[in-house]
Amino acid sequence: MSARIGIVTFPGSLDDRDAARAVYLGGAEPVALWHDDTQIHSVDGVWLPGGFSYGDALRCGAIARFSQVMDTVKAAAAQGMPVLGVCNGFQVLCESHLLPGALVRNAHLRYRNRPARLRVETARTAWTSAFAPEAEVVFPAKHGEGRYVADEATLDQLEASGRVVFRYLDNPNGSMRDIAGVANEAGNVVGLMPHPEHAVEALTGPSTDGLGIVASVLAHLSEGARR
Amino acid sequence: MARVVVDVMLKSEILDPQGEAVLGALPRLGVTDVASVRIGKRVEIEFDENAQNVEEQSRVIADQLLANPVIESFTVSVERDPVEAA
Repeated sequence: MSARIGIVTFPGSLDDRDAARAVYLGGAEPVALWHDDTQIHSVDGVWLPGGFSYGDALRCGAIARFSQVMDTVKAAAAQGMPVLGVCNGFQVLCESHLLPGALVRNAHLRYRNRPARLRVETARTAWTSAFAPEAEVVFPAKHGEGRYVADEATLDQLEASGRVVFRYLDNPNGSMRDIAGVANEAGNVVGLMPHPEHAVEALTGPSTDGLGIVASVLAHLSEGARR
Repeated sequence: MARVVVDVMLKSEILDPQGEAVLGALPRLGVTDVASVRIGKRVEIEFDENAQNVEEQSRVIADQLLANPVIESFTVSVERDPVEAA
């Protein structure tokens, strides 16, 4: 039986279908979750997709944090369930305090929409375990509020504990220390701005590197099952 | 009826590109002696007539929703009803 990855649709989510397709192409079973679901239907992992949840009102991700499904996702994350947040999903994870830091307006104030070259800085997370050390990947970036910020002490701690997961090779938005993605302490919760789900087929994406994200979580889950 | 104003500002160490953009436009108005512009949000909250602990509740709202303490600071000011005050 293949692993079930739940993909949450908030009002205003855009990339939920692409995420579902990426999960399917990667060999897992996508499961649709709704923002006011109180249960997450025995999924093995959760993907918070990109988009503009609740119209980005107040701050990106600020309202989604209070949705029903996030209570359940938070509880599951605390138990070690793999949770990935992409773009708006990353913003939701930061607003929910599942990940440190925050994502603010791009330094140049422009919406950035182009492939981003990234270095995978650690394979010691549930969502990057299948990547070679320091692998370079290309995922499309498309965001107006993607500049990662945190105080210096937090950044130092992230670096020292190997929780910077993705780093931009050509920083598109002014993110501190070129950070494109980070993980929680346990490595089961990962957030990143660029979109692996748009890099799964040669026809439509700049690479197929995004499949490595799904392969990683599958490897992580099967390793857990063996233990 | 209690009215509360919450001002939310980006912390001083966080770059405010909107403020920078405004600053950059000022010379076009002929204003050349401005050192810095920072842009924030003003939120006006009106409580029900019988609401209790208005200031305390406003602080909870500001701290947990209106501002993200990672990047923003806030001030809360309770405005007295002009009739009541008189």
